[in-house]
Amino acid sequence: MNPLDPLFEPQGIIVAGASAHPGKFGFVTLHNILSCGYEGRVLPVSLEGGEVLGRRVATSVDDLPDGAADLVFVCTPPSANPELLAACARRGVKVAFVATAGYAEASADGERAQAELVAVAAAHGMVLAGPNGQGVVSTPVSLCAQIVAPYPPAGRIGIVSQSGNLLSSFLNLSIDSGAGVSRAVSAGNAAATTVADYLDYLADDTATAVSLAYVESVGDGRRFYDVARRTTDRQPLVVLQGGSTAGGRRAAASHTGSLASDARVFAGVCRQAGVARAETVEEAFDAAAVFATTPLPAGPNVVVVTTVGGWGVLTADAVTRSDLTLLELPADLLAALDDQLPARWSRNNPIDLAGSETRDTVVEVLELVARHDAVHAVVFLGIGIQSNEARMMREGPYFPEHGLGRVVEFHERQDARYAEAAAAISAATGKPILVASELAVTDRDNAGPRAVREAGSYCVPSATRAVRALEHLWHRARRRRRMDAE
Amino acid sequence: MGSTLSERASLELVARYGVPTVPVRRATTPDGAVNAAAELGYPVVVKLHGEGIAHKTERGLVRLDLASPDAVRDAAASLLVAARPDDGAVDLVVAPMVVGSRELIAGVHTDEQFGRCVMVGLGGVLTEARADVAFRLAPLTGFDAADMLDELRAQAFLGPVRGEPAVDRGAVSEILLALAHLAAAEPDVHSVDVNPLVIVDGRPVAVDALVVRA
Repeated sequence: MNPLDPLFEPQGIIVAGASAHPGKFGFVTLHNILSCGYEGRVLPVSLEGGEVLGRRVATSVDDLPDGAADLVFVCTPPSANPELLAACARRGVKVAFVATAGYAEASADGERAQAELVAVAAAHGMVLAGPNGQGVVSTPVSLCAQIVAPYPPAGRIGIVSQSGNLLSSFLNLSIDSGAGVSRAVSAGNAAATTVADYLDYLADDTATAVSLAYVESVGDGRRFYDVARRTTDRQPLVVLQGGSTAGGRRAAASHTGSLASDARVFAGVCRQAGVARAETVEEAFDAAAVFATTPLPAGPNVVVVTTVGGWGVLTADAVTRSDLTLLELPADLLAALDDQLPARWSRNNPIDLAGSETRDTVVEVLELVARHDAVHAVVFLGIGIQSNEARMMREGPYFPEHGLGRVVEFHERQDARYAEAAAAISAATGKPILVASELAVTDRDNAGPRAVREAGSYCVPSATRAVRALEHLWHRARRRRRMDAE
Repeated sequence: MGSTLSERASLELVARYGVPTVPVRRATTPDGAVNAAAELGYPVVVKLHGEGIAHKTERGLVRLDLASPDAVRDAAASLLVAARPDDGAVDLVVAPMVVGSRELIAGVHTDEQFGRCVMVGLGGVLTEARADVAFRLAPLTGFDAADMLDELRAQAFLGPVRGEPAVDRGAVSEILLALAHLAAAEPDVHSVDVNPLVIVDGRPVAVDALVVRA
């Protein structure tokens, strides 16, 4: 058993500081736990007692039965918490998640209070998460123990964040894209349990296939490296680092030292550990979502299939700038495409169908391209365009007369077919096919991106972002291949 | 920051761990320098050397490309005169003139968060400006060392250029592994610069080094 099991899969949760005031964290946490379907025992406690959200509130942890809860979620003020933790330990609680702020992040007094909290938890053999943490999410047990929204769909991305609002950002992106989350935790001040500890848990977690972390300072660098290394032996790890431009060692006596900025050393550590290092929230989430939903490419050769010119050109540029290769179309593939397509197609990569597509063209081209041995990955652009027109027709004054009812249905069915075909061909060939369109975020109801989501894939919100995500996949595949060759 | 080893002691230390270095001769007089140059073969470099001397280039204490006994004698004599009282005990270093159109830099750095790191990068006067460098935590595997070179942006720089063969990546990797061994075995070494690491016919050779003890 892992000491963090009660945090992610608690049998019962004490919510300490469960207020009747809907603006208080104690209320919000109780509300979120009760609203998202958690089926374990939920035990609100506060000095005031009474009833909150229809639940009787105990006035003391001592009044609760032994062993009723293994997790306490703490929203009570710092002064109350040492005694609270001791009382919880006496009742068999194994883990305390302390959401309360006002600790080391706030003042010297807070720093002392935090040290005391760490000492009390240690003395009782209790795991201390936080303080000043936003909370924990665990979809396998429908748990949303957080002082703020949201609760993401279930999935295989495990998230650790040194910042609560970054955690919310990732969860919001999960909701928007449908790329689901297994566990998510905000490390808060990480007084006792660090980002590395949570990553260590996720590395062994069967519910998690990809780890995603936001870190500012890693503390014990060697421990972080060891855990990152162990993680990437098992599953992808995407890391977004904040504060990476600060610091550095400009006064160093040696050239080596003066070149050793925090960012460069961290970049080297990440590469050495096989970590996919991202520069932005979007890049980090794209990478995690694509890792979670797509097979790794066996090589660098990318073919771009597009029904739209400009994006095809920009995507080709992005591939060329990356460590991926814009595949020059092999003669046999070119000939096969010539057979399939009217003469005005681009006859190179990107494969620009130039509006020449008929009912089955896109699906047939995706199939031909993905099945070719020289092709390792495909980026498909242009999904949702037909459904976008369908929306305009449906919302316009002529619908459904003049044949619009039928054509709207046709357009939406076509986009859904493209999405389903991309997913099915990817599954059949074991090759990544990334579908990219800004419609994924500009129109959530568009049938194209919606069908991508429903097929269990991730519709990347832009082609250049898709290329970057694919590059992360290729780096992982290449590393594994090279290490196997050693 | 701790004490700095002299250039000769620094080169000797990295050589002991397997970094290929230029052969260096010590001399105390102009005639001694001429004898050393004869042993090494012309052309040579003569430098004023001492525990307390840093910034040799800035002070004009490096005389390059000396092709004759007279040139060596004159250079040695003027260098000995240029010594200042606060340089402490000085002597001369004579080394073969190593010519290569490409330079790398390699080193060891002690990072506050991560501890001992090994570094490789593009060397020369634009080292800091280009900052095309790769760091790894020590100890290194062979994979890590090779991957450091792959990480450098200027891959064309490492390939064949102007009639010179490609940089021998295996030989550079060996140097990085040697520095990692040094970092592990010499706990009081805070940092090492091997700079420049001149590429001669594709092979790297250390021409200067600076070791700082913690």
